[in-house]
Amino acid sequence: MAEASGRGRAPDAPGPPTVVIRGGTVVDAGGERVADVVVRAGVVAEVAPGADVPVGATVLDAGGCVVAPGLVDLHTHLRQPGGEDAETVETGARAAALGGFTAVVAMPNTDPPVDSAAVALEVLSLGAGATCQVAVAGAITMGRSGEHLAPMGELAALGVRLFTDDGTGVQDVAVMRRALEYARGLGVTLAQHCEDAALACGGHMHEGEWSSRLGVPGVPAEAEELMVARDIALARLTGARVHFLHLSTARSAALVAAAKAEGLPVTAEVTPHHLALTDAELAGYDPVFKVNPPLRTGADVEALRAACACGTIDAVATDHAPHPPERKDATLEAAPPGMLGLQTALAVVLAALGTAGDGRAPLSPQAVLALMSWQPAHIAGLDRAGGGDQGGPVEPGAPANLCVIDPAATWEVDPARLASRSRNTPWAGRVLTGRARHTVLRGEPVVVDGEAQR
Amino acid sequence: MPVAGPVAAGAEAGKGCRRHLLSVAELGADGIEEILRVSDAFVEVGQRAIPKVPALRGRTVVTLFAEQSTRTRLSFETAAKRLSADVLSFSVDTSSAKKGESLRDTVETVAAMGVDAFVVRHPSAGAPAAVARWVDAAVVNAGDGWHEHPTQALLDCYTIREVLAERAGRKLEDAGVECFDGLRVAIVGDVRHSRVARSQVLALGALGAEVTLVAPGSLLPPSLEGWPVAGVSTDLDAVLPLIDVCYLLRLQIERGAGAFLPSVREYSASYGLTAPRAARLAEGALVMHPGPMNRGVEIADDVAALPQSLVLRQVSNGVAVRMAVLFMLLGSTGTGDAPGLARSLGSDGG
Amino acid sequence: MAERERRLTPPRGGVFVPRVQVLSAQDVHRALIRIAHEIVERNRGLEDVVVVGLQTGGVPLAFRIASVLEEVEGTAVPVGLLDVAFYRDDIGIRPVLPEAATDIPGDLAGRLVVLVDDVLFTGRTVRAALNALADYGRARAVQLAVMVDRGHRELPIRPDYVGKNMPTRIDEQVDVSLDGVVLGDVVPR
Repeated sequence: MAEASGRGRAPDAPGPPTVVIRGGTVVDAGGERVADVVVRAGVVAEVAPGADVPVGATVLDAGGCVVAPGLVDLHTHLRQPGGEDAETVETGARAAALGGFTAVVAMPNTDPPVDSAAVALEVLSLGAGATCQVAVAGAITMGRSGEHLAPMGELAALGVRLFTDDGTGVQDVAVMRRALEYARGLGVTLAQHCEDAALACGGHMHEGEWSSRLGVPGVPAEAEELMVARDIALARLTGARVHFLHLSTARSAALVAAAKAEGLPVTAEVTPHHLALTDAELAGYDPVFKVNPPLRTGADVEALRAACACGTIDAVATDHAPHPPERKDATLEAAPPGMLGLQTALAVVLAALGTAGDGRAPLSPQAVLALMSWQPAHIAGLDRAGGGDQGGPVEPGAPANLCVIDPAATWEVDPARLASRSRNTPWAGRVLTGRARHTVLRGEPVVVDGEAQR
Repeated sequence: MPVAGPVAAGAEAGKGCRRHLLSVAELGADGIEEILRVSDAFVEVGQRAIPKVPALRGRTVVTLFAEQSTRTRLSFETAAKRLSADVLSFSVDTSSAKKGESLRDTVETVAAMGVDAFVVRHPSAGAPAAVARWVDAAVVNAGDGWHEHPTQALLDCYTIREVLAERAGRKLEDAGVECFDGLRVAIVGDVRHSRVARSQVLALGALGAEVTLVAPGSLLPPSLEGWPVAGVSTDLDAVLPLIDVCYLLRLQIERGAGAFLPSVREYSASYGLTAPRAARLAEGALVMHPGPMNRGVEIADDVAALPQSLVLRQVSNGVAVRMAVLFMLLGSTGTGDAPGLARSLGSDGG
Repeated sequence: MAERERRLTPPRGGVFVPRVQVLSAQDVHRALIRIAHEIVERNRGLEDVVVVGLQTGGVPLAFRIASVLEEVEGTAVPVGLLDVAFYRDDIGIRPVLPEAATDIPGDLAGRLVVLVDDVLFTGRTVRAALNALADYGRARAVQLAVMVDRGHRELPIRPDYVGKNMPTRIDEQVDVSLDGVVLGDVVPR
């Protein structure tokens, strides 16, 4: 709750009000300590217990909470330009801020796609005033058609660090090789949506026991694993960095683990839903559970959780994919794949990784935050090393992009009350534990007590 | 396959009450037997000079077919009309059905005119389940993609029970479903793409029959985990002498099955029931096919005409079984007392 | 569930608790003999007569009446069975399922049908039976024989032949069989 306080100090110079985050435990890459955080002029001024509160300061109560660098989502679909009936940059950013994110990377499968400077600039300018930082990923190929390389140099000059044809994978191995070599020269990272189109063709859910029972054409795990294996080989061949988007199978994780052991420059992300839900959810043919890559088996979920625990997976990314109700509420085969994720990610990941599993200890809050804040910030080039201001650490002089997380807060997911324009969340009606109480973007409290401020 | 996970919309577990017929899995052995017994009564109705009863007078049944099918649609329409229901028939263009274009809009518009039951056939698995979510009416699955075709399995079970009772000299009202116990059935052909096969396996499995699937490797589903089958074989000739019922599936050429085989001719050579193969069947074994037959592919012309081939009986029993299903879904819905498919507990004396 | 129990259990489920035996087996037998004689007398013989028993309670009574008629007049009288499930007016109000077979011997056009049921109560079952019979041809006449008329008619139906008139409370239950007639109550399960 924001309140004025008369304690001690003289009021500050005019400008945005000082923010004091009081009573929480600060957790960042450096460790964990009980401390208040004072934010002045967009920057962290003080991190110490019992900080003085100047007159006119905004106080954010962080009792029982974790104060951390803001979460960073490597993989969000903001749908603008071209898909505004599902989401806009503004509504998506608001959903992100409510989820504790201070930065998102917007995927390029818009209409037109982000394969030119003009479209990239449009998205960046739409994001300029938004409630979280909007970075843009560019397409690898023109039109995402997998044939001709997109102007990665021109886009990199605008600050684009991540390129992907997400929505599809680059099918032609020669094209992918060339793209990787070119990217290496530019110092940018290519991210792959691993899906072999020929094997996946016609599938609407994971191919296995459930798809056979339900009579639905399926996508075998191998459709993803083949491309993971291929791009690991290409990473070896070209020396370029490869980031794997939304891995969904146990074997994909195993392939990445082996590649890392070999010292190859690969990174990988996993979605919250692939850490929590299985293909059994499709028993009622409800398209809200239809997603690409599809929900897999319980064994895959367990393996991915273990991969998060042991460092094979570098980041959790939401793959927030809004679709308007009239398109999503159709037969399973006709509905587009995709789920909302920004507002529910934190709670889902805390439940999936923060609990013990099969021979796996629960992850500490710091380990979870690593997966959701500074590691994705690093991959996206948004951290200090990349010239950005995300990911912490929380120390005097650092840009104030912070989230205050209440790990015990319970809330029921009501699709109509989510900030997104769309309603397609698989968690509708379920009670989740864990929520961002406050979010601070460059010193501005954009979410206070779970309410967006603008 | 036990029904784990959320049961299809409308099913109320535990009371034996049902608002829809979406899957044979929901019925269990008791549910199947109940439908077969009610079908007996409707077979009698069908034999009368005026084969009609006023049971569903004033009710409206809509057949919503998004896939080509004259036979099944006519069978359902005849069933509804013989129950004195009003029938509307709706064909959705197959190409827009595949895209799922405004199926919801279509269904809600039709439902607004006052519909008691939808009979839905659609190329997408789960479409009848989706319709059941959107409307208040009862929904009967007349075939959804590769998933199920419950009334086909029911009428096939009815036919088997009828023929076995005749052979044993028993009256139908004395024949329950014990004839299925240990009955050896082979289901032959394109199991992967066949909704009839899935429903059949579930029904026969629930009734205690021993089912063997016979198909080329590429026409089996990716996983048989949880399927109540006794075995799988690629060798039809070896299986033929060992079975009581040979159930031939239609090769789903229009659903792309052709791409799973080198050629239709090769399929016929290994899996077609030719006259010499039919001769390998045990004495008294039955031959069945859900129709329409690809003559010369799954079944030779002369075999279809043999006395142990039950194809025409299957068709004629279809109307009675569908009357039973419609009557049980609509005739049994209560406005207060005991809604659903609860067993009648006697009249008030008359 | 035995036929008799099923007929006695109301839709919500309950158990028949007998209280008073109103007629013994012998009383029932004598009543059926009398009814058979009344049928012959009223119709001046048995020409074109068909006896149709309503499922399920009327069936054993119908067979007994037919056998008495054969003894008396020396001619075999055809017996039919009729289940009226599909003609009831409470379809959709309470669960209804056919209980037993319908088997009508031949066409009923021009014949005289003697409809036999165990208990006449509201009259709705008989109304349904009349509708059903009409689907088998236009009978020359339909006459109604019941073992017990317990009152509480809701439709203008009256019996032609009655075993016993027995005023009852509406919540009571009457159980009729060849073994006798018992009055009782239905107790919820």
